[in-house]
Amino acid sequence: MAKILMKGNEAIGEAAIRAGATNYFCYPITPQTEVAEYLARRMPEVGGVFLQAESEVAVGNMLFGAAATGRRVFTTSSSPGISLMQEAISYIAGAQLPCVLLNIMRGGPGLGGILPAQSDYFQATKGGGHGDYRLMVLAPSSIQEAVDLTMDAFPLAEKYRNPVMIIGDGMIGQMMEPVEFPDEVDKGDPATNEGWAATGARDRKPRVIKSLYLDPYKLEENSYVLHEKYEQMKQHEVRYERYKISAKNDLLIVSYGTMARICQTAIDELEQEGVSVGLFRPITLFPYPEKELRKEIEARNVKNVLVVEMSCGQMLEDVERVVQGVKPVTFFGRTGGIVPSPEEAKEQIKNMIKKPTRAKKASKATAKKQAAKKKSSKRQRKDA
Amino acid sequence: MHTEQATKTIFQRPESLSETVTHYCPGCTHGIIHRLVAESLDELGLREQAVGVAPVGCSVLIYNYFNTDFLEAPHGRAPALATGFKRIRPDMTVFTYQGDGDLASIGMGEIVHAANRGEKITVIFVNNAIYGMTGGQMAPTTLEGQITTTCPHGRDTTQTGQPIRVAELLSTLATPAYIERVSVHSPMHIIHAKKAIRQAFTYQKDSVCFSLVEVLSTCPTNWGITPTEATKWLEENMFGYYPLKRFKQPMTEEGA
Repeated sequence: MAKILMKGNEAIGEAAIRAGATNYFCYPITPQTEVAEYLARRMPEVGGVFLQAESEVAVGNMLFGAAATGRRVFTTSSSPGISLMQEAISYIAGAQLPCVLLNIMRGGPGLGGILPAQSDYFQATKGGGHGDYRLMVLAPSSIQEAVDLTMDAFPLAEKYRNPVMIIGDGMIGQMMEPVEFPDEVDKGDPATNEGWAATGARDRKPRVIKSLYLDPYKLEENSYVLHEKYEQMKQHEVRYERYKISAKNDLLIVSYGTMARICQTAIDELEQEGVSVGLFRPITLFPYPEKELRKEIEARNVKNVLVVEMSCGQMLEDVERVVQGVKPVTFFGRTGGIVPSPEEAKEQIKNMIKKPTRAKKASKATAKKQAAKKKSSKRQRKDA
Repeated sequence: MHTEQATKTIFQRPESLSETVTHYCPGCTHGIIHRLVAESLDELGLREQAVGVAPVGCSVLIYNYFNTDFLEAPHGRAPALATGFKRIRPDMTVFTYQGDGDLASIGMGEIVHAANRGEKITVIFVNNAIYGMTGGQMAPTTLEGQITTTCPHGRDTTQTGQPIRVAELLSTLATPAYIERVSVHSPMHIIHAKKAIRQAFTYQKDSVCFSLVEVLSTCPTNWGITPTEATKWLEENMFGYYPLKRFKQPMTEEGA
């Protein structure tokens, strides 16, 4: 199929339909509302279900009921809306139902802002709702990858009977890029879900889809069943990308999503200047590519590890957990909706590489210079 | 002239009910209401296509007593689950069974919007004017002056507002619906309640409209009185504020 130019939000909506997810529940919130608008038009064309709910609390629970049918179901939202869905997400995970959620992240906390951010990393990867559960979390860094991951998310959700969350930032939702939809897509088959879906007690015992276990031994058992699934995910579903990682690297960057893409540009430009930097980009944020990252850090002659995020440092904690003090880990991030430019990233990288080799005085002077530069560049942005 | 001695079963457990003994307190009317729902499903031939949605509250374990598929909702969200399910499977019969804390307090948003969208689901709303499972706290339906553990001096409506009349409130919505309030504290009332519940499922079966039956119920344990006194208390105190009435019905071909 030929490439077509599409906005991220619309491309993701189309990808879901092509993956057989013709059941969609939503509530408008910037910067992902175009998914809802696109599907309001598209779903009737494919005979699917489109429903705008009264709140994200209701959306999450509609998704819960919908998932119990054994059909492919999904929703999309942005940070504050995803917070409201956490109740249902916890229940869905506990009841072991598959569904797909997209979070086009905006700045927070609270109402925050509407510009791109990556500050929901903790919420997505560490729980979000109550109880011992995890989501599988996929983080695309281009519209094409968002399309591909959306199509993969549904079979993955079914394989583990667990919610899968795709997290992109506002940039992924709003940006336009050429995308290609594959010709052959796994559209799923509800018949394969007959073993657990609520389809009516015909010629079988009644089935209850629930998360309540008043007997602590039974609840512990259920938690271990969930835990085992997460262990399986860790073994079989880890995805990541290595970019220009080599023995020559002066520095290894760990970054994901839009931020990783910006770092790639910075790395390419630095290469022209004779500076060698590698990028390790996790695609699955849970399961986190722990062993793979650890291997890179141990094997390479890398002095420093730099984590770059559009947050105050959330994935940073996972990187520190993996590195375990073997190499120094430093962090650079902007948050609140500020997307760092490749120049800003370059500046940070250069600082990191130069700092240890320079005399104290000199480095202080450079830092001062850079601080002044930063200030003026900030002012420029404000004026613009 | 018949000479054979034929025996005929005239009363038995509905197929839609399981044989599990319920955990409900003596004098609680959940058992009666369960039976009326089950009889209606049996009579309309809906058991094999029925999916119930359990609430949070005393009847959270309702799925142990029914012989149908069930989903278990977060507190108050049953109408949202039912909506998600029914939209994808309009061929199936979806009902929620909710108490007054579940539906009229934490789940008020979900029930109002499900009713307003005209979801073709059936809601069995059990109103006993108190939170049962957590041990007798004030509900939105607790009557003025009624004593509960969180209003030990009686409900003060200057602080908590007046009790919410759910059937009346939902009847103000313009979307067609079937809404009726019944009681199950006496055989006469049980017979009428059965008709209403069966009617509600009939409307769903025919894909006509949203249907809700509010059932006045007793809670002797948390009201702190005997089952017999509870029956009397319901009639003397609840009937005045919660009148038994058909509040709303859809326009049908018969013009009913």
